[in-house]
Amino acid sequence: MTELSTVAENKAGETRLKKDKSENTVGVIGAGVMGSGVAQNLAQSGFRVVLVDNDEQALEKTRTDIYNNVRFQAFRMKDKSKADDPNVILDRIHFTSQYDLLKDAFYVIENVPEKWAIKSTIYPLLDEVCPEHTVYAADTSCYSVTRIGAETNRPDKVVGIHFMNPVPMKNTVEVIKGWHSSEQSLEITAQLLADMGKEGIVVNDMPGFVSNRILMLTVNEAIFVLQDEVATAQQVDDIFKKCFGHKMGPLETADLIGLDTILYSVDVLHESYGDSKYRPSPLLKKMVDAGLLGRKSGQGFYKYA
Amino acid sequence: MEDGDVISKARNFICQRISETELDPGLDIFECGYVNSLFAMELVLFVEKEFGVVIENEDLDLDNFKSLNAISQFVGKKLTLA
Repeated sequence: MTELSTVAENKAGETRLKKDKSENTVGVIGAGVMGSGVAQNLAQSGFRVVLVDNDEQALEKTRTDIYNNVRFQAFRMKDKSKADDPNVILDRIHFTSQYDLLKDAFYVIENVPEKWAIKSTIYPLLDEVCPEHTVYAADTSCYSVTRIGAETNRPDKVVGIHFMNPVPMKNTVEVIKGWHSSEQSLEITAQLLADMGKEGIVVNDMPGFVSNRILMLTVNEAIFVLQDEVATAQQVDDIFKKCFGHKMGPLETADLIGLDTILYSVDVLHESYGDSKYRPSPLLKKMVDAGLLGRKSGQGFYKYA
Repeated sequence: MEDGDVISKARNFICQRISETELDPGLDIFECGYVNSLFAMELVLFVEKEFGVVIENEDLDLDNFKSLNAISQFVGKKLTLA
């Protein structure tokens, strides 16, 4: 695999990237669950990270979470002497609310909540401070990467990455090629992901991409099956697990993701395609209205302690 | 600190989480499905804070936290060494 620095030198005429990863800065926007996982994964891969969030409390919580997550990786290791030192990993991450510190970033991964009113405000801020060669990746499961690219002064340098949770443990991600995304941006993305221990599956830009377009339709139909009293939640999930060998059934998955998020995603697909096959199940709407959101509320299709 | 104190405090902490009032001291809480391995991290933080022991990388083994008896033995060992 080509080194990041070589990619940049050959294809873009850039010489700013150093072969030593610790001299390369990656910006991470948003200190929520996904941003925190991305920052940790990058720091554990040797990159210098600037993690930006305007919420100081969120930054402080993320610092503690990353410390604990790195520390507790030893639970899963046979040779515990090989575990990373959490303090060394934290030293590679600059926690800040200042976008100016992204001026040295060759790559920025945006992980703010999936609300257009929030997401669309970030990119003009990045354009103000990031060098022309900086590539932006939107961590999204639903928004059009082409639409996000239109918010920037460099649509050829915008790609989508749909990271999976928990980021450091999930080794395959969906990479989305927007209308204008260049081959060079995809190549740098592939190299960055490889350095993070991940493989990216590159797909084209349509609402929901591959993962959410299929998963949300499956989950929504499973809820229709329950609504029509064809089977119980347990039976639906057992058929997927015991007959198909899936690790989780669609209704357990819905409880894990959160029913409000499922409804939001199905609504986005419904609106984007204008196709009635994406209409949300009335039972899903009713459960969300009733506050039965899945694991996070203690009850969804199943009850949680 | 008495073994009984450790077991009693750890029982309160775990029972609160699993919505039970009783817990057999020998029961493996991970194997029986009461909690998953993510809870082990919460248990480690609880044990450190509650009993004032420093847990090193080599101590991060589910066997040390799998039951009330295991936690009691582990805490006893760490306090003896301290």
